[in-house]
Amino acid sequence: MLESKGRPNRLGLWGWLGGGRWGLERYLYTLHRLTGLGLLAYFLLHIVVTSSRAISPERWKAAMDSVTGPLFTVGEFLVFVAFAFHAANGIRLVLVELGWAVGKPIEPVYPYRTSVNFQRPLAVGAMILAVIVMMLGGLDFFVLD
Amino acid sequence: MMRDAKLWTWHVAAGIVILVFLGLHMAIMHLDEILGIFNPAGGHPIDWENVVARGRTVFFPVTYILLLGAALFHGLYGLRNILLELNPPAWLKGAIGVVLLLVGLGLFALGAWAAVASHTLATSL
Repeated sequence: MLESKGRPNRLGLWGWLGGGRWGLERYLYTLHRLTGLGLLAYFLLHIVVTSSRAISPERWKAAMDSVTGPLFTVGEFLVFVAFAFHAANGIRLVLVELGWAVGKPIEPVYPYRTSVNFQRPLAVGAMILAVIVMMLGGLDFFVLD
Repeated sequence: MMRDAKLWTWHVAAGIVILVFLGLHMAIMHLDEILGIFNPAGGHPIDWENVVARGRTVFFPVTYILLLGAALFHGLYGLRNILLELNPPAWLKGAIGVVLLLVGLGLFALGAWAAVASHTLATSL
């Protein structure tokens, strides 16, 4: 994380939770952080629970039985939804971060063009991809299983 | 390159590793009815027979450890960034870094042990 250069985040949590009047990408940023925190919390527990496979079949079965039921199915689906969003938005962020989805610098000639012209379709495409993966997951979780 | 810029580059690189291997993990575990991959015994992906079949291979234990390291770094570094943006005092910044590092190393040790031990168990059956 880069230093704040004397301009501290005086808004605290609201500084990244509140989207204000910013555009779509600002809300994707907030959702990216929220889903990231959720996935991290799940992942830390997941490491502990699934380690039981190294001990015996009985311990594995007992561990899996302790996380089975309708509530856990819905919880797992929410983890899947968070994964789908975080992954699709993460692809978008990497493409922007590496400069591949920003567009080339051009002369400021009217009618002006901005990098949003490149980034917005990418954001919409990433969300369509996320929704498709979520729907496939929903089909597998609740219809086919 | 500044230390944090290097860590950020690793954060992005770890994200790409996670995309590949967590994507595969999710496809195996949660799209099993649609794709049906790497579950040779049939039934549910978490059935012991399927866990043993994946554990016998070299591919799965190795990629589990790779995914474990990448995901722990990506997640805990992301959490550190969020916490440091709240401008904690200097002593707390240091403490946050140390605690997250210890948590990461501890869980990596547990997860890596589980991957290797379950491979040993699976191949002995």
